[in-house]
Amino acid sequence: MTKPLSIRNITAHYGQTKVLEDLSLDIGEGELVSLLGASGCGKTTTLRLVAGFLQPTSGTITLGGKDLTRLPAHQRDIGLVFQNYALFPHLSVADNVGFGLKQRGVSGEAKTKRVSAMLERVGLAHLADRLPGALSGGQKQRVALARALVIEPPLLMFDEPLSNLDAKLRVDMRVEIRQLQRANGTTSVYVTHDQEEAFSISDRVAIMHAGKIMQLDTPENLYQRPANAFVARFVGFENLIPMKVVGRDGAQITAEAAGGVKLTLGLEHFGAIPDNFVLACRADGLAVTDNMAVEGIPTTLGLRTYLGRAYQYQSETAAGTLVANGPLSRPLEPGSLAKLVPVPDQCTILSVE
Amino acid sequence: MPTKLHPALIGFTVIVFFFLVGPLVIVVGSALSDTTYLTFPPQGLSLRWFQNIFEIDAFRRTILTSLQVAVISTFVALIIGIPASYAMSRYRIQLPGWLSTLFVLPVLVPELVLGFSLLKNLAFQFNAPIYLSLIIGHTILILPYVIRVISASLASFDFSIEEAAISLGSPPLKTFFTVLLPNVRSGVIAAFILAFITSINDVSISIFLTGPGISTLPIQLLAHMEQFFDPTVASVSVMLMVLTVAVMATVERTLGLTFLAK
Repeated sequence: MTKPLSIRNITAHYGQTKVLEDLSLDIGEGELVSLLGASGCGKTTTLRLVAGFLQPTSGTITLGGKDLTRLPAHQRDIGLVFQNYALFPHLSVADNVGFGLKQRGVSGEAKTKRVSAMLERVGLAHLADRLPGALSGGQKQRVALARALVIEPPLLMFDEPLSNLDAKLRVDMRVEIRQLQRANGTTSVYVTHDQEEAFSISDRVAIMHAGKIMQLDTPENLYQRPANAFVARFVGFENLIPMKVVGRDGAQITAEAAGGVKLTLGLEHFGAIPDNFVLACRADGLAVTDNMAVEGIPTTLGLRTYLGRAYQYQSETAAGTLVANGPLSRPLEPGSLAKLVPVPDQCTILSVE
Repeated sequence: MPTKLHPALIGFTVIVFFFLVGPLVIVVGSALSDTTYLTFPPQGLSLRWFQNIFEIDAFRRTILTSLQVAVISTFVALIIGIPASYAMSRYRIQLPGWLSTLFVLPVLVPELVLGFSLLKNLAFQFNAPIYLSLIIGHTILILPYVIRVISASLASFDFSIEEAAISLGSPPLKTFFTVLLPNVRSGVIAAFILAFITSINDVSISIFLTGPGISTLPIQLLAHMEQFFDPTVASVSVMLMVLTVAVMATVERTLGLTFLAK
């Protein structure tokens, strides 16, 4: 039943405002891809275009080779799960789940059977006769999930399905969603603004910004090897230090940052390093030390905050203010001089665009 | 433990209640009087003034006209008002702001002016039959109420429910009837009652539009009062009240009045 989704060169407008620009995205059969980004990045617009609630200005959307672009929403056969559940308030849980089957002409015993089997799977069989108003948020979202799954759609789409749930439930539900999606092998699009949620649940994540996909990759690659400065910042590389290679020596290079700071970087960790690049480091990727003999970025420490696992310092350097973490065992006083030593595991190289 | 109420609150409540119920008591009392003139408290008890309503041919005819006009114009107003409210709620962002104001404009125009302009245009300009003029006039009169009430109940409707239905394969028009309407049922019923009662009690518009041979009950009542000052006036009023209460009670029994709170 499941089919690959292909979005090709989609441009979309709201009135005069361009909200998506030449967006292309291919999602393989059975794959779960998240669209991740801040509000206004175009992720929900993309979902609504695929669902058929919006029309693109140009471009095509195909599902399993079938062109959906001009097909009315009710003929697209896509399972949708909404942020606010969107259950039918006047129908019982069972009738909510059975709604899609009814539209497909499934009735009587066949319908009852499939509905109860589905409710069984989401653990709500005992609530079949309740009205949605009498359910908790988590239960409502399970009903919504069951309602979308029971029609066995070739494509499932989730629009921030967990945003209205509390933190604990959110984690449980995303595991549940992932398990159901895996078991059914349904191609899925998952829209969220929550990075942890997107990374934990997805095969691949598309990080979106201003109507474009900034990077589409596996969570591991996004987290460790962001392709550009936007994605790097997004996944927590707080320090972006522009650098220039001044010397190459076998497996090592020497690079210079603003203020004449020189650092030696090993190619075995970073791979090829272009002449001009940006060293991106997480706060953990710049170790604070008061041993001024080591190679590092000289700094005057500023505000110190306690993170539980480390102290974090706002550090003034010739390359600007950097955020760096130092060990709990050696708290350093604000105002003191120190060095920031890059930790290769927590740093990456970005090429200059 | 019952909550202690402030004496001033109790006093205030009693006064409000008195003003609300007082006039009704006087009307009901007068209607039951055995005298040939309006009086309160009633002297002697009799139902003959109620019987009198049905003995006067004009009342019999106008009751029927009033009911017909009220039912037809209410349905017409609902048929226009429900889609209009829907469109204004659904496409609120895309539509200009003055549009919803336009639909409530008839409430702002004094009814007498509205009545006069309808008379001038419908009756004189287009020579519309009286019956049709009445229905058009009443529809215009009650449409703002219908739109207001239904818009209010649509305001709390989550349109993603509609999208959910469409995504599950229900065509948009079918979705409107099977998903949207059942969820604003309470608003539709409230609009129906309000519209029906407004129409059946209307004087200011009907007085311009009624004419030879066709009149509505309140207009007939005024005409009757000009000639006779007997308790028929009170008994007709009581009848209108009973009708109103009956409509409300039927709804209460079948659906529960919780819809008004919803």
